[in-house]
Amino acid sequence: MKLIFSISRSGRRGSSIPKADVPEVNAIPQQFRRKKSAELPEVSEQEVIRHFTELSRKNMGVDTNFYPLGSCTMKYNPKFHERIAALPGFAELHPLLPQLRHGGGLTQGALAVIYGAERILSELLGFSACTMQPLAGAHGELAGVMLIAAYHKACKDDRRKIMLIPDAAHGTNPASAAVAGFDTVEIASDSEGNVDLDDLKKHLGPEVAGLMLTCPNTLGLFDRNVKEICRLVHEAGGLCYCDGANFNAIIGRVRPGDLGFDVMHVNLHKTFSTPHGGGGPGSGPVGVAEKLVPYLPVSRVAKRSDGTYALEYDYPESIGYIAPFYGNFGIILRAYAYMLTLGKEGFRRVSENAVLNANYIRCRLAPYYDQKYDRFSMHECVFSASRQVAKGVHALDIAKALIDRGYHPPTIYFPLIVPEALMIEPTETESKDTIDSFIEAMIEIARLAEANPEQIQQAPVTTPVKRMDETRAARSPVVADLG
Amino acid sequence: MPYIANTEADVREMFRTVGCDSFEQMWEKAQIKFPPPSLDTLHSGLSEYEVVRHLNELAARNATQLVNFLGAGYYDHIIPAAVGEITGRSEFYTAYTPYQPEASQGTLQAIYEYQSMICRLTGLFVANASLYDGGTALFEAMMMAGRITRRRQAVISEAVSPIFRRMIECYSSNLDIELIQVPAGTDDSAQQRLMEAITENTACVIVQYPNVFGTIEAWEEVTAHAHAKGALAVCSCYPVALAVLTPPGEMGFDIVTGEGQSIGIPLSFGGPYLGFMATTEKYMRKMPGRICGRTVDSDGKDGFVLTLQTREQHIRRASAMSNICSNENLCALTALVYLCCMGKQGLIDVAELCAAKAAFARGEILKIDGVKPVGGAAFFNEFVISLPVDAAEVVGRMIDKGFAAGFPLGRYYPDRKNQLLIAVTEKRTREEIKALANALEAVL
Repeated sequence: MKLIFSISRSGRRGSSIPKADVPEVNAIPQQFRRKKSAELPEVSEQEVIRHFTELSRKNMGVDTNFYPLGSCTMKYNPKFHERIAALPGFAELHPLLPQLRHGGGLTQGALAVIYGAERILSELLGFSACTMQPLAGAHGELAGVMLIAAYHKACKDDRRKIMLIPDAAHGTNPASAAVAGFDTVEIASDSEGNVDLDDLKKHLGPEVAGLMLTCPNTLGLFDRNVKEICRLVHEAGGLCYCDGANFNAIIGRVRPGDLGFDVMHVNLHKTFSTPHGGGGPGSGPVGVAEKLVPYLPVSRVAKRSDGTYALEYDYPESIGYIAPFYGNFGIILRAYAYMLTLGKEGFRRVSENAVLNANYIRCRLAPYYDQKYDRFSMHECVFSASRQVAKGVHALDIAKALIDRGYHPPTIYFPLIVPEALMIEPTETESKDTIDSFIEAMIEIARLAEANPEQIQQAPVTTPVKRMDETRAARSPVVADLG
Repeated sequence: MPYIANTEADVREMFRTVGCDSFEQMWEKAQIKFPPPSLDTLHSGLSEYEVVRHLNELAARNATQLVNFLGAGYYDHIIPAAVGEITGRSEFYTAYTPYQPEASQGTLQAIYEYQSMICRLTGLFVANASLYDGGTALFEAMMMAGRITRRRQAVISEAVSPIFRRMIECYSSNLDIELIQVPAGTDDSAQQRLMEAITENTACVIVQYPNVFGTIEAWEEVTAHAHAKGALAVCSCYPVALAVLTPPGEMGFDIVTGEGQSIGIPLSFGGPYLGFMATTEKYMRKMPGRICGRTVDSDGKDGFVLTLQTREQHIRRASAMSNICSNENLCALTALVYLCCMGKQGLIDVAELCAAKAAFARGEILKIDGVKPVGGAAFFNEFVISLPVDAAEVVGRMIDKGFAAGFPLGRYYPDRKNQLLIAVTEKRTREEIKALANALEAVL
């Protein structure tokens, strides 16, 4: 392991910059200048390329390995999307141009992309409108719960300070609700993995602002009571937020707006195939039912009667500005390309195949791994390593053994309500052959856990590093090379 | 459709395994017992060629050929081709959050090197792995200061980006936070008034460096005053300028954030961008966002992991430091590769060029009759001029001449209707600057 700083040599250059064609006045007064230059590396361009190419080879990605990371929807990212995003007409476009006088005509193409994506998304979600501005899933959650807060405020109902969140939820749900100023209360799941209706009813009341429900839920299950849940929350004066992290399971088949939800985010980097980037950038557009439209963030993209597009700001009840501009445009653009490619029929083929692939894995692995909820699943299946734990093999060990076999592990230890969880999401883009090979690897690991658990406990052995000492990292953090 | 591999034969076989014989039966088993939506407003799918053709047409309807003097926090800098070659490697861009360190050492080491670069530029001890953008990063810094001081008031200079300020206003609207906005005076500074506004109730004072008008200021007095009152000092900065300016860490700032778009990331109509954040060792465990740390494996070999995760939402849920999960990792990698390509001297050269060209442009423009300087103080690559007429109107006329001539400040500062904010980067040539001045003279 060599840091880029360690190959730096004084005087080496990795870039060429135009020569000064203006007088080289010392424009910045001495008193403001740094005394010592920032110690950036001094490396040639080739060294930069070799260093990062080498690093890239120490990564698993969707393009190198099957990556069934549950809840993250690691589907294939079409290559032409990257070229589209790099077109100078998009990549070099300054976001302040449309805010200049007569500037509206300067960005018609970009506004058409945002408007087009918003319309398609609204149709797929079953909502009146969307905002494309949220910059990631959790940012969409925050925007969504802020819309709920704005709604109650406009109704002069200032008692509603509680957000109900099922125990199976992603950590971002309670965290987002807290950032929006809500107190959170946890709702239990029943024995089949649905929201426990009795527990829900017990907690509903005049202080409840709403419920945040992941649909399908984080167990990969479609809650059979979802319409009833929305009805109960509405009856108590609350609103229903749908966490659309798992929208890939139902796209084209179920519209959350039709189920009774009022507001929802989706992750373009999941369902709409934009690259995950090693942890972002994402994009988390939010769709809303009619009653929440007035509160959407500004600006909003509108289509005029003459077919041109305009940014509109005059929404007095809007929550305001959640993003610097119009969202992660480069990501929205890739998602729009994907939407145009799939079209009306394609969306449902996505969910059909995503759900079929997941259930195929579930059925084939059921003899070897326990399931807390033995039900037909949606786009992912959740196993528990509880049987293997008896032999001293944990979910973590199974994950590491999979790495040695060339697979990125599933999500482990989530959802929290399943002990030793292994959450597998194959997505629709994987072939049956790949999935069969993965299943074989999982079966082999299950057998090995019986016969030779030590071997699994030592995994991985094929990777650039073995198991890392995370305790040491947290106890005495080394978090930067300061030079 | 090219992105689904299952053949009809595959589907039949899988149906047998899962115990159904049609997709509709499958949905029913999965508890979806109502008919599919009609999706009437959607069109049929297109081929790759058709989508590319359509989006090429849309790209051509954007005016990227204008000579750009528009900045206001978002700058048109040179990006070496090597940057895109690395970030275009799909081992990086098709990976996700490196929760499995053995399968993610590439991403993890890149984050560690990125954090190191941000620390070296800002003069602070620790940086996180990125936040969404400069505005959200500044909001997170304000929240962090509140956690540390257990106070609920923030004093913010109106010379901080109005784009960031209105985001902070939006996020604060449901929170128990008192925002005190301190006007920037005619000298474009607010130092004295900021110090007067800081009290024993203040969690932090928030400033920008260089400020939104391009002005460079020394902040030592303000940060010392904040500390004396038990408040933190927070600064949002322009990373290219830090190649030549005193690093904020040396001026006493406790939390430094900024918009990282200028270091290698395309303008791309507003995103994806890069929020960066750095702080002192003392406040490391109160910082939001992912942090990568160096450690060893079971053989004692050096490597990297995500660390201090008990700060984060997936562990701490409602009491996490922030709700952030996905950040802007690929943009952080972009910034890292850019900074490596530029290197120690390259980034200084870029910064010096920007400053020299801005000084030249200001000189040329001030030769025009009726154009007056605003704020005589030191500036980096952006400056304000006052026009005899409404600046928004003038910018509109300049578009017809082929220039994005700058940002009219009246949009955010009603008392600055005639003022124009002009940014100059290393991309602008002497000829373009002269042409700008000539065109400006002609339209006035």
